[in-house]
Amino acid sequence: MSSPAVATSLPDKRAKPKARLSGAPIRRLLAPAVIFLLVWMIVPLVMTLYYAFRRYNLMMPEITGFAGITNFKLMFTDPTFWDSLINTLILVGASLMITVTVGLGLAILFNRTFVGRGVARTLAIAPFFVMPVVTGLIWKNMLFHPVYGLLAWVFRHLGLNPIDWLAQYPMLSIIIMVSWEWIPFALLILLTGLQSLPEDQIEAVRLDGANKWQEFRHIVVPHLGQVLYVVVMLESIFFLTSFAEIYTTTSGGPGTATTNLPYYIYQSAFFQYDIGISSAAAIGAVILANIFSIFLIRFVAGNLNAGSRR
Amino acid sequence: MAIVELKDVVKNYGGKGSDAADNAVDSFNLTTKDGEFIVLVGPSGCGKTTTMRMIAGLESISSGSISIDGRDVSQVAPKDRDIAMVFQSYALYPHMSVFENMAFALRLKKIPDAEITSRVQEAAKVLDIAHLLERKPRALSGGQRQRVALGRAIVRQPQVFLMDEPLSNLDAKLRVDTRAEIVKLHRKLGVTTFYVTHDQVEAMTMGQRIVVMLNGKIQQIDTPQRLYEWPANIFVAGFIGTPSMNFLRGRIGVDKRTLTDDHFSLTLTGARGDALATHAGTEAVIGVRPEHLSYLAADDPVNENVLSGIVEVVEPLGSVTMIQVQVGPHRVTAQIESHLTVAMGDAIRLRCRTDKLQVFNATSEQSLLKAPAAA
Repeated sequence: MSSPAVATSLPDKRAKPKARLSGAPIRRLLAPAVIFLLVWMIVPLVMTLYYAFRRYNLMMPEITGFAGITNFKLMFTDPTFWDSLINTLILVGASLMITVTVGLGLAILFNRTFVGRGVARTLAIAPFFVMPVVTGLIWKNMLFHPVYGLLAWVFRHLGLNPIDWLAQYPMLSIIIMVSWEWIPFALLILLTGLQSLPEDQIEAVRLDGANKWQEFRHIVVPHLGQVLYVVVMLESIFFLTSFAEIYTTTSGGPGTATTNLPYYIYQSAFFQYDIGISSAAAIGAVILANIFSIFLIRFVAGNLNAGSRR
Repeated sequence: MAIVELKDVVKNYGGKGSDAADNAVDSFNLTTKDGEFIVLVGPSGCGKTTTMRMIAGLESISSGSISIDGRDVSQVAPKDRDIAMVFQSYALYPHMSVFENMAFALRLKKIPDAEITSRVQEAAKVLDIAHLLERKPRALSGGQRQRVALGRAIVRQPQVFLMDEPLSNLDAKLRVDTRAEIVKLHRKLGVTTFYVTHDQVEAMTMGQRIVVMLNGKIQQIDTPQRLYEWPANIFVAGFIGTPSMNFLRGRIGVDKRTLTDDHFSLTLTGARGDALATHAGTEAVIGVRPEHLSYLAADDPVNENVLSGIVEVVEPLGSVTMIQVQVGPHRVTAQIESHLTVAMGDAIRLRCRTDKLQVFNATSEQSLLKAPAAA
């Protein structure tokens, strides 16, 4: 806060070299990064935007031309789109809740000292290093499978009927898989947050007469605030684009039970061969992601600023 | 307001093959008076902070007992000891306003809001932070944070205050001001206070009684003046007072009053001399403070209790001048009046006030003098 005030009160003499400093060389040095961003992000985005307003179906290559808002109209009247939108929100919301809660619990656990902590921590983090496609295949064939799956085996040993998870509880299964993958991420970030909590604050609050719960509620949680925002923001952006887990297990089914927005886009393009609608849906996904990130980035930026002034 | 009693308190952090020699704090015995200001002082790692943390309950005690007003609190949780602590880092809660920081402990105790407000405001007025109550700690200067930390302790009206080097993060000038204010505050509140510092000036100016520690052991517990005049051993003698006391190795003469060496001869009189009677002919370490050496003009006829040597270093401080003089093999610091012109390389004669001399056993390093009973 104080730096602008200082800058304006300084005489011109000192302000000038600073202005010259922000000139050409900085722009030239920034150029590679900016060009990279343009080519890899802006160009595809603009192309998607372009196709969203074109008639462009691979099955009917002879029909071309400007489509106006037809693609969007079709998309909005497609019940599958609305299903996919709701599914996306359910997937993001539920996975966020599970990863943050379980991640926080595990972080508190791993913040304590116990025998074998190093090994346990490595194991707990391991799922994060498994590729999403592999995650999907492992869960489908080795865990969820009603005949060969580990869960089925456990159920049988308990005298229960094995559940065909992916058929009976498709969305729950997807949520479980995504959460399994991302709990380690929440755990890692929250654990570093916990470890950065000054010991003396805990001691101060204990002397102030707080019990364990009050200590957690009034000191640990506020301290973790910023870290939690980071976890929620990054995870929600990643959850919005979940695809591989669905592709390798349920393929969006049964019906549209697990079709989320990315899978809807994929289906439109590679099953219906309608690039126009697919692009329109992609634009919808971009807008959704932006709504999320604008809110969250503002939140985080506000918190980071507040934090840096500490 | 309480009497704190520490009985044979020992802290041993354990570890492989640790025994009594590894004690971080070794048989600490102290009984405070009600409302006393006790300063724990010593070099880093001497166990002073560990002792304080044991009183707070943040550190368990390996053996012994701690009681407050006769109630044994050795096994009582920190939150139930009714103790407030000011941390070196202040440990303010960063997400709470100054008001909430101070009110926090009271809220946990479910004290009515009206009383919380009045107690916080009263403390804020005393500490001159009433205008900062709405701010967050990050928007405060170091000195203001320090006051908030004090305020947080005061509003609780605890039985005992603990302060762990609360001034060490302040700049020199602020430290002197705050030092005086803490003393004033203590006189006003009359709460038994333990204050940890490594700065002997802080200890001397603030403490009603000072506990000097080294390597986990208490070296001496006494009032500032008596620590200065009757240090129990060489460590205390060297630790208390700036610049440090000079130590000269010598021998107690057969006349039982004279301390000699090839380069000096000092004669003790009165009770000080009597104390040496049983040690005639033994090696001793003689302690003399720089302020008890005075300049002797070359033509002065006095030649008793004189150290003569060559000036090696001259350090004018304005009000006084510090000089370092080489007396035979001994390097001696003396404090002389600043109007005297002394240059490096000059031959100089220093007169020694033998009524202030200290004499220590050369091997045990304990004082050979008998301190008069405390008043």
